[in-house]
Amino acid sequence: MQTLEHIISEHPFFVGLNASDLHLLAGCAKNVVFPPAGYILKEGEEANQFFLLRQGRVALEIFSPNRKPAVIETLGPGEIMGWSWLLHPYHWKFHARAIEQVRAIALDGKCLRKKCEENHDLGYELLKRFAKIIEHRLEATRLQLLDVYAAH
Amino acid sequence: MQLIDPASVDVPMLPVPFTVRSLVRETYDTFTFSLEPLNRSNSQTFQPGQFSMLWAFGIGEIPVSISGNSADSSSLTYTVRSVGQVSKALVHLKPQESVGVRGPFGTAWPVKEACGKDVVLVAGGIGLAPLRSVIYHVLSNRDHYGRLIIIYGTRTPRDLLFRKELAQWAKQPRTNVLTTVDSSGLSWRGHVGVVTNLFRYAQLNPSNSLAMICGPEVMMRFAARELETRGLPSPAIYLSMERNMKCAIGFCGHCQWGPHFICKDGPVFPYNRIRALTEHHEL
Amino acid sequence: MKAVGIPVAQELNSVITIAELGRLLQILTERGYELIGPTMRDGAIVYDQIETLDDLPAGWTDEQEPGRYRLHRRTDDALFGYAVSGQSWKKYLHPANIRLWSANRQNTAFHILNNEPVRRKRYAFIGVRSCDLSAIAVLDRVLLEDRQQDHIYAARRDEVFVVAVQCIHSVSTCFCASMGTGPQAKGGFDLALAEILEPGEHRFLIQVGSEAGREILLLLASRNATEEDERLAHAALTHAAVIQTRRIDTTDVRDVLLANFDHSHWDDVADRCLTCANCTLVCPTCFCTTVEDTIDISGNHAERWRRQDSCFALEFSYIHGGNVRSTAKSRYRQWMTHKLASWFDQFGSSGCVGCGRCITWCPVGIDITQELQAIRGKAENANP
Repeated sequence: MQTLEHIISEHPFFVGLNASDLHLLAGCAKNVVFPPAGYILKEGEEANQFFLLRQGRVALEIFSPNRKPAVIETLGPGEIMGWSWLLHPYHWKFHARAIEQVRAIALDGKCLRKKCEENHDLGYELLKRFAKIIEHRLEATRLQLLDVYAAH
Repeated sequence: MQLIDPASVDVPMLPVPFTVRSLVRETYDTFTFSLEPLNRSNSQTFQPGQFSMLWAFGIGEIPVSISGNSADSSSLTYTVRSVGQVSKALVHLKPQESVGVRGPFGTAWPVKEACGKDVVLVAGGIGLAPLRSVIYHVLSNRDHYGRLIIIYGTRTPRDLLFRKELAQWAKQPRTNVLTTVDSSGLSWRGHVGVVTNLFRYAQLNPSNSLAMICGPEVMMRFAARELETRGLPSPAIYLSMERNMKCAIGFCGHCQWGPHFICKDGPVFPYNRIRALTEHHEL
Repeated sequence: MKAVGIPVAQELNSVITIAELGRLLQILTERGYELIGPTMRDGAIVYDQIETLDDLPAGWTDEQEPGRYRLHRRTDDALFGYAVSGQSWKKYLHPANIRLWSANRQNTAFHILNNEPVRRKRYAFIGVRSCDLSAIAVLDRVLLEDRQQDHIYAARRDEVFVVAVQCIHSVSTCFCASMGTGPQAKGGFDLALAEILEPGEHRFLIQVGSEAGREILLLLASRNATEEDERLAHAALTHAAVIQTRRIDTTDVRDVLLANFDHSHWDDVADRCLTCANCTLVCPTCFCTTVEDTIDISGNHAERWRRQDSCFALEFSYIHGGNVRSTAKSRYRQWMTHKLASWFDQFGSSGCVGCGRCITWCPVGIDITQELQAIRGKAENANP
C-alpha cells in the first residue's frame, strides 16, 4: 500500500516539489471516502480543504431561484478540486456532489495556508500550480459560455 | 415543355428527385431521414465526410453532410437540425415526399490513411452526424483499424443524438465512447464540461492515432489545439469546415475561406494545412 | 470559334479603310453574329448591341479619376479614342440574371423541366481592349478550366468572335502596363484593329489572330501594311502605355498581402469603404453568383435563378445565424486579397488585369494601387 507522501509525489500537480515540501504536504493530507450522491462540499460553507480525486466523479452544481439546478462541470480521477481555501473569504462557490463513490486525498487548507505564509517559496510553488488549473478551467468555462451548440 | 429523364441528367446544378423512405426523430429539433432515388439508376455512392445539396421544393437548398453507411448504395441518410426555412421544411417531410438531391460533393474523411491506427473521433453537437459514417465504416472493417475512440459533446442531455447507437458502439471491441454535455440537470450521471475535458480519459496513443473533428468551429479549433498539445502531429488531425454554399461546385464564390473553396478543397482538411486560417478572424 | 493566338511576328499585317471596317460588321451580321460593341448612352460608353459604325462613339473620349467619369469631345473622329468604362464583356459571357431551370410539382413528386438553360449565343465582340482580353482569359480559367465547366459561360464563349482594338488612349486609372496585360493586345482575338488617325487617311491596321479571323479578312478589301503604318500604330500604342501613371509592383504581391492580414491599413480602408459593391460589379473578373429559388402562388411551379452577387454583400458569408465577414474591413480585405493574392493559389495568376474600373467607379475613390502601396509601405506611383 502506497504512503500518502508517495501518492502525492506521483501526482502531476505536485511534480517538481522538493522532498521537504512534499513531506510537509503529506503532513496535511489524509484519505477520504464519500458515498454516492453525498455532498462533499456546499456553497457558502467555509473552505478548509482541497482534494486530489483518485476514484469516482464529482458534479459541481449551481442553484438559482428561477431555474432548475444545474450541473456545470464534472471532475474525475486525477483532477484537483477546490481552490477557495487559498483565497479570502475562504468559502465554497459551488455544491460538489459525489456521482458515485469517491475516494480522494484531502489536504488541510487552513494548515497549508499557515505553512505558505511561513514559507513563501512553498506558497509560490502551490500558487503557480493552482493558477494553471484555474486558467484551464476558465478557458473551458468560456467555451461553455459561448454555448456553441445552441440553435441560432 | 419536355421532361428531362432524370437518368440522363449530368448537369451538376440540377437536383435529382429522391423520396423519403423513413424519418426518425432524434431530439426535439433534429431528425434523421433516409432518401431513395425516384429512378433507381440514380443510385449514388458517397464517401464518409461528403455532403449533398438538399432542395426543398421552391424554398431553397442547403448543404447537409451524409450521415449514413457508405456501403449501402440504395439510400442516402441525412441528419438535419431545424434552424432555418429550408431545414424546417426538410424535417417536416413525410414518407414518399420528394426532395431534390445534388451531389455528393467535397473531400472525404481520411478513412484509408487511418488504417492500422487508432481512430479518434471528436464530435460537437450535430457534428456527430458527419462522423457517424466513419463509425459505420470502421465497425464494418474492424480489423483494419486500431482502437476506435468516440468523444462527443453536446449542449444538454436532451440534445444527445443516436443514443441507442452510442450505447451499442460502446460495446464493440476496442471501442471507447465518451460523452459530455455543457450543462445538465441533476439526474444526469455523465460528464459535464467541454469536450476537450474528455481527452484525459481517452488514453490516447498520439504516435499512432488519426483524429477527425467535427462541430462548431470554435470547438474544433480548441479540440485540435488540445490534441496537438497531447502529442498528435497536425497532419494526423482533420477538421470538417463549413461556410455559406450556393452552388457547391466552386463557381458561386460563397464558400471561400482564404484560398480554399470549402465545397471542393474541403470540407475535410488536415489541420496542418489550415491551422493559420483557423486563427484569423472574419476570414 | 474560340480564338487561338497566332504569334504576331508570323503574320504580315494588313490595312483597311473605315468603309471596309463597316463591311466587316456587315459580314459578321450576315454570318449570324450578334454584334456587341461600344456605344454612347446616358453620358457613358456602354457595351450594347450595335449594327453599324454609326453606333460607335466616334469623336468621343473619356476622362477618368477615382470616383469620376466624364465624356468629352475629341478634336478628331477616332472610333475608339476612349478607354474602358463601367461595363465589361462579362455582361454577355457571364450573365447577371439567368434562369437555371424550373420544376413542376404533382402531389408529392416533382419534375425538372427542360428550359434550354444553355442556349448557345453567337456574339461578335467589337472593340475588346487588351485588359479585357486578359480578363476573358482569367474567366476562362475559372469557369472552363477547373474541375467543373460552367455550361452557360461555355455556350457563349465557344462561339464568340473577338475583334480587339489596340488602345490609343489611356486614362489616369489605367494600370495595365504594370500588370503586363496591356495596352498591346497580343493574343486571344480573331482580329485586332489598330486605329491610325492620319488626317485625310483615317485607317486601321488589322492583325489576324486565328483561322476564323483570317477567313473573314480575306473577304475584305485590304492592302499590306507599310512600315509607316506599323510605325504610326506602334506610336499610338506606346503613347497609351507611357502616359499611365498608376502602377502595381507585381513582385510578391501574393506573399505581401497574405503576410499582412492584420495590417492596420485595413482599418483605414474600412473607414472609407461603403461596401456598395460597385467595384465587384464593374470588375471584369469578379464572378461570384448566388441562386434564388422562387415559387408561384399555386405552390406547384418552382424556378431556380442564378444572379450575380458580391462578396461585399453582408449576407454573402451568412452561416449559422450570423455573417462571418460582418465588418466592412473584413469584406474589403476579402475582395482585395482574393483579387491580388488568393487568386494565384486558386487559378495560377492574378485576378486583376489593371483595367482601373474599380478605381473610377468607386464612389469614394478607393484606389487599389494605393491601398496595396500603403500595405507595402513604400511609394510606388510615378505621379499619384
